[in-house]
Amino acid sequence: MGKKTPLYQCHLDASAKMVDFAGWDMPLHYGSQLQEHHQVRQGAGVFDVSHMTIVDFTGPEVAVFLRYLVANNIDRLVPGKALYTCMLNEKGGVIDDLIIYKMNDEFYRLVVNSGTHDKDIAWFEQQVKKFKVTFKERTDLSMLAIQGPQIRGKIAELFGASEAVIAQLKPFHAVQAGDFFVARTGYTGEDGFEIILPAAEAPDFWRKLLATGISPCGLGARDTLRLEAGLNLYGADMDETVTPLESNLAWTVAFEPKDRDFIGRQALEQQLEKGVQRILVGLVLEGQGVLRNHQKVVVEGTGEGEITSGSFSPTLNKGIALARVPATINHECMVEMRGKLVLAQVVKPPFVRQGKKTFTENLQTQKNGAVT
Amino acid sequence: MTNNSVPKTLKYSKSHEWVRQDEDVFTIGITDHAQCMLGDLVYVELPEPESSLEVGQECAVVESVKAAADVYCPLSGEIVEINEELLENPQLVNEDPYGKGWLFRIRPFENETINLLSADQYTKQVASEAH
Repeated sequence: MGKKTPLYQCHLDASAKMVDFAGWDMPLHYGSQLQEHHQVRQGAGVFDVSHMTIVDFTGPEVAVFLRYLVANNIDRLVPGKALYTCMLNEKGGVIDDLIIYKMNDEFYRLVVNSGTHDKDIAWFEQQVKKFKVTFKERTDLSMLAIQGPQIRGKIAELFGASEAVIAQLKPFHAVQAGDFFVARTGYTGEDGFEIILPAAEAPDFWRKLLATGISPCGLGARDTLRLEAGLNLYGADMDETVTPLESNLAWTVAFEPKDRDFIGRQALEQQLEKGVQRILVGLVLEGQGVLRNHQKVVVEGTGEGEITSGSFSPTLNKGIALARVPATINHECMVEMRGKLVLAQVVKPPFVRQGKKTFTENLQTQKNGAVT
Repeated sequence: MTNNSVPKTLKYSKSHEWVRQDEDVFTIGITDHAQCMLGDLVYVELPEPESSLEVGQECAVVESVKAAADVYCPLSGEIVEINEELLENPQLVNEDPYGKGWLFRIRPFENETINLLSADQYTKQVASEAH
């Protein structure tokens, strides 16, 4: 038996099909992952993401420490602002991707993946030694993501007295509202919030969400939604063998100011100097079928690559994928699907944002993005 | 594990196809158990009408968001009809695996010996796979 979130019984009550995810018993779907996908694109859905790891860092040197720990620069943060970043090893390989919330000058909250929990905690322990910083894993907290275009219309009903402050939140901002920490973030490409709350209160809040017409959504829909939104999945689209520059995440690396030393900086600078050989791009299947992880990508004249996340886009009704390919790739390639080579279009992710097709057919911006 | 339906009136293959005989033509689909394991289907590839198939031959593909699965022909014969509705609406297989979600119809070759499982035998096989 795996680990259970405080909402385990709620999932069973909602007829979830439970699966193992990184050692946790999590809902894959509650009947139909396609319906759940469309529900988030067109209405409102809730995901239990309590398996994710919440770690609070405090101390007089916490800002200095985080400037060194991660590739993006927390100097940009004011209290209540969130930052997406990668945490790198010395070789520039991605240990994990995470969100950092600045609570105040001596308190930052990090949300990291569940599949990387043990190595992340070990890395924190190792790196924090030289700094006047302590950290604490918040296993007493749960996390829910409520996502979709209809969420905004439900803020008053859901948050009562905190309505005004939550309604005013800008994207990638967060606020502590009573016991609830509410952030306007997500992993679906739709508007919505991620809510961190005391574990004991999670089941009641879950029932309240369902009572307002928000549908429970499982990890299956979460995966197709994030893929359509062009958001990387750690362990599939990047890991310790690749850098952010090879993962369509150059925008998350802050090389300025030049005197900020962060773990992996030297390796990334060397890679930039030599030229980034592989990039992560989006693929759209021209014909019918579904793209799958690890399918081979053949780029005529330049070499081969591999699909890192392949699936079916319920919004576009087409096979879509993220693939790591030679940087010289042009606007199309072939994918080896079930023994046959089929044509795919190369695009710059995202595929879908806020319910609409967004990708451009022109790759030039993508290639420029990877090398500058 | 939910209890998937296994109608007594049908025959089954070990690879999770069901077979229904209507005089000299056999209708073939995938079982409720199979569609449940796959999840929402998004694409179905069907055999060419009038093509000849051997028993055990890969003859169709059912793809869900999660996985692709081959469908193996449970008996040898000639394809007489395919369910074209599935090309537009593959989820019919999820919604009604033994009805509107049928895949194709086949007329067995003469003297074809048909070796299939009963509903009870199939149920036992599914139970043994779960362990």
